[in-house]
Amino acid sequence: MSLLRAGSALLRRDLSLAMRQRGQWLNPLLFFVLVVALFPLGLNPDPNLLRTIAPGVIWVGALLAAMLSLETLFRSDFDDGSLEQMALTSHPLALLVLAKSMAHWLVSGLPLLLMAPLLALLLNLESHAVLILLTTLALGTPLLSLIGGIGVALTVGLRRGGVLLSLLVLPLYVPVLIFAAGAVGNAQAGMAVTGQLAFLGALLALAIALAPLATAAALRISLD
Amino acid sequence: MPKPNIKLKVSNLACRRAGRILFQELSFTLRSGEVLQVEGRNGCGKTTLLRTLCGLSRPVAGTIAWAGEDILSDFAAYAAELNYVGHHAGIKEELTPLENLDFAVAMHGVSKVTPEQALERIGLPFECENVVCRKLSAGQRRRVALARLLLSPGRLWILDEPFTALDVSGRELVETLLTEHVAGGGVAVVTSHHVVKLEGGVVQTLQLG
Repeated sequence: MSLLRAGSALLRRDLSLAMRQRGQWLNPLLFFVLVVALFPLGLNPDPNLLRTIAPGVIWVGALLAAMLSLETLFRSDFDDGSLEQMALTSHPLALLVLAKSMAHWLVSGLPLLLMAPLLALLLNLESHAVLILLTTLALGTPLLSLIGGIGVALTVGLRRGGVLLSLLVLPLYVPVLIFAAGAVGNAQAGMAVTGQLAFLGALLALAIALAPLATAAALRISLD
Repeated sequence: MPKPNIKLKVSNLACRRAGRILFQELSFTLRSGEVLQVEGRNGCGKTTLLRTLCGLSRPVAGTIAWAGEDILSDFAAYAAELNYVGHHAGIKEELTPLENLDFAVAMHGVSKVTPEQALERIGLPFECENVVCRKLSAGQRRRVALARLLLSPGRLWILDEPFTALDVSGRELVETLLTEHVAGGGVAVVTSHHVVKLEGGVVQTLQLG
């Protein structure tokens, strides 16, 4: 019971911090919109071309936006000592990490999901493909927060961990990108998407179970 | 009520920082009602010792036992007894003092007094309770961090330079709190360049380096 209370207090705290520092959720969202909106300007604005590249462009945009927001996951808690206080409670750190990852997704992942239909319209995506796009984002963006957490936890103790973080995390993001963009592409071509969606779902289940454990272990190393 | 067997026993501890052995073969025992003041020049490993006692850093050698049990064998039980105020205050700048303490209570699941009472006791002016901590002075923020000590029933206090940024009345308050804590059967480890004077209880001194 007390673990549940601690987890929900942590979630509420992170959400109210994000509401007070709007950049935390506005920056990734703005970045996402700008990246996707620039493609029609830079490329030929031919509707067929845009439709073809739409899944990839939207997913790459979402992936980079998620990377941009990763640092906020643990940076401020590490710098002001909140993280060591969390590590010194009687609760398992991995479950507190899960609460923090969830807050991070609500702040940086969910806005992307809500904005995606508009961007899909901009890139001329058909409505049934939009539905699949939203499904892949719903399964994929929490994965980005969970996997990214491991990378942030490993690099949070370094002063300039930014580049290292990208190098650590991007290879792990690639399968998510391939399967998610592939599913939307298949939906456009009228082919089955259950395979890719099932794979994304399996990855998410695996990440929810295992990523917090890895992140907690990495945080303990960073705190040492 | 404090149990009589409460004891922090450190045996043959050795710690390393940045590849250099800071101290080794360090042993001491603290019993109910005792305060250990750790002294030494800058960089001699005071903070490392405290972080090791908290279980945040791993020692190179040696053991730390609380109530007869190695702290790592049941860390959750040890963490419930532990109250650590480190260099970094562990409070969120964008939250108010009251929100910070409410969060601390929720994290620990128990509290001896309400956050309002703790803030009043620690001498934070009433009108500061709902101002975000970023706008408070360094001393006031320190007081918010120290107010956590009043909330948790933990019997082991580990305080890293608790007197930093505090004015005379703040330093006296910390000494009063320490006196009350050890009078209630608690144990404290404190680093400070300031001589800790207590009304009661035993102050041991450990010279590092």
